[in-house]
Amino acid sequence: MSLLEVSGLRVRSGDGRDLISDLSFTVDAGGRFGLIGESGSGKSLTALTIMGLLPPGMTASGSVALDVPGMGRTEIVGAGERLLNRLRGRAASVVFQEPLTALDPLMRIGHQVAGPLRRIQGLRGRALREAVTAALEEVRLAEPGRIAKAYPHEISGGQRQRVAIAMALACRPALLIADEPTTALDVTVQAEVLALLDGLVSAHSMALLFISHDLAVVSGITDHVLILKDGVAVESGAVLDVVNGPRHPYARELVESARELDAALDGLNAPDGGTR
Amino acid sequence: MSVEQAVVGAPEEDGAKTTPRHVSRSVTLTIGCVLVGVIVIVAVVSLFWVPFAPEDTSGRRLMPPGLPHLLGTDKLGRDLLTQLMIGARIALAAGAGSVVLGGVIGIAAGLAAGFATRWLDDVVSALLDILIAFPTLLLAMLVAATQAASLTSAIVAIGLAMSAIVARLTRVLVKRVLAQDFITASRTSGTSWPRVVIEHVLPNIWPTLSVNLALQFGLAVLAEASLSYLGLGAPPPNASWGRMLQEAQASVFIAPVGVIAPGVLIVVLVIGVNLIADGFRDVADPTRRRRR
Repeated sequence: MSLLEVSGLRVRSGDGRDLISDLSFTVDAGGRFGLIGESGSGKSLTALTIMGLLPPGMTASGSVALDVPGMGRTEIVGAGERLLNRLRGRAASVVFQEPLTALDPLMRIGHQVAGPLRRIQGLRGRALREAVTAALEEVRLAEPGRIAKAYPHEISGGQRQRVAIAMALACRPALLIADEPTTALDVTVQAEVLALLDGLVSAHSMALLFISHDLAVVSGITDHVLILKDGVAVESGAVLDVVNGPRHPYARELVESARELDAALDGLNAPDGGTR
Repeated sequence: MSVEQAVVGAPEEDGAKTTPRHVSRSVTLTIGCVLVGVIVIVAVVSLFWVPFAPEDTSGRRLMPPGLPHLLGTDKLGRDLLTQLMIGARIALAAGAGSVVLGGVIGIAAGLAAGFATRWLDDVVSALLDILIAFPTLLLAMLVAATQAASLTSAIVAIGLAMSAIVARLTRVLVKRVLAQDFITASRTSGTSWPRVVIEHVLPNIWPTLSVNLALQFGLAVLAEASLSYLGLGAPPPNASWGRMLQEAQASVFIAPVGVIAPGVLIVVLVIGVNLIADGFRDVADPTRRRRR
């Protein structure tokens, strides 16, 4: 049984252009799926559609179904706000690309992490404080006490993205959507954050939908990929098949450039050679 | 000032925040608080004690400063200091009343417009533009015409005019905050719209909005003085600085204190409020505050 089933998804902008056309893929429970494409290819829009958070004016048709054990199967396209709010954070949650803008600049980190814990798990007082500390420790943030009291501008980019991951994981969603989670970070921090995501997703046997423009990064963390170009799926399949035998010219181009970059990066840093 | 700047002007320059500009900010705030504080104290004291009864016309008319009338008397023989002290109360009430009225209506309307669909937003924006183009004075005369001219009618008129300005600012600020990633991020964890407003939108528009409301307080004090000067404010025997100016101007060469004193007080209060507004931003916005 698949956790996420997208079939025939079409997203249309306010002026009637197709931003995504006829997109279909499935993510199994505990599975890892990569969505690859350049900016404007509709990959982030796909993430927003799954969360039922399309920008005003855009309309989705087709089907996006989430089937979470204990919550039943829910059709996202056309669902009401109340139903969607029950799913958000519990069935699925998102880590965004830019950790500085994804955190409220005027709210202390601890308060932000506490938000979903309070709302969804109903924690209060001391239990809530302990859960916040645990969530920050889980993403390997040293000094969780200090971080919890800090504002987002007072901690580093890598720390911010760890906080964002802590928030997304706080309520143990069945599906974690990572929308270019490492693009805004510098290379050494990227490797750390990727390893962290990888470990946490395995540890909690969550499904991962990893969105990136970078085939090298995606192929390292997922087992299936889909390549999007201008809102159309041009290639999909197991990572190994796509990397070894890309059929579509755009996919071939991606594989080649990823190979070059990969070779260059391998010379630069080993997987766990970081700041610490 | 804007939310974006607040975000961008972020951490790396933390050490450089001890610039003279930052220091001068806290100085302006202090001076502003002292100026406004003095007037607030005078207004509070006037509730319990004034040198003479406000309607006491037993003094000689147009007396110069001296004893027992420290600042002299007006053309009816009333004690000038007493009138000024009561005027402080009226000026502060006018400022506070207008800001509360204009702030509540303006923020509510601005929030509604900021969240509204494009069609409704266009309608509200057009209405706001019309309301802003409408002179406050004319509005005050209309309000005064329906009831008697009073402090309340002046506050209602000033507050309504202010609400349009506040609403327009709020609408822009709300739209800017709503476009930020952290709103979407918060929504992906299941935050409902009302909670988004309380937890994210209001705190993020507050630094800019509070500075503007403080400036509006100063403008409201000026507007009340103007309305009273024209006889559209608090009626006699309530002393308003604006009406005192108007009553004393005929005798400006005989008793100049009667014109100078209320004029100086209006200026002191408005400058004080503006200085506070200027220093306010840093207090309301943690990304501008210096830490560690």
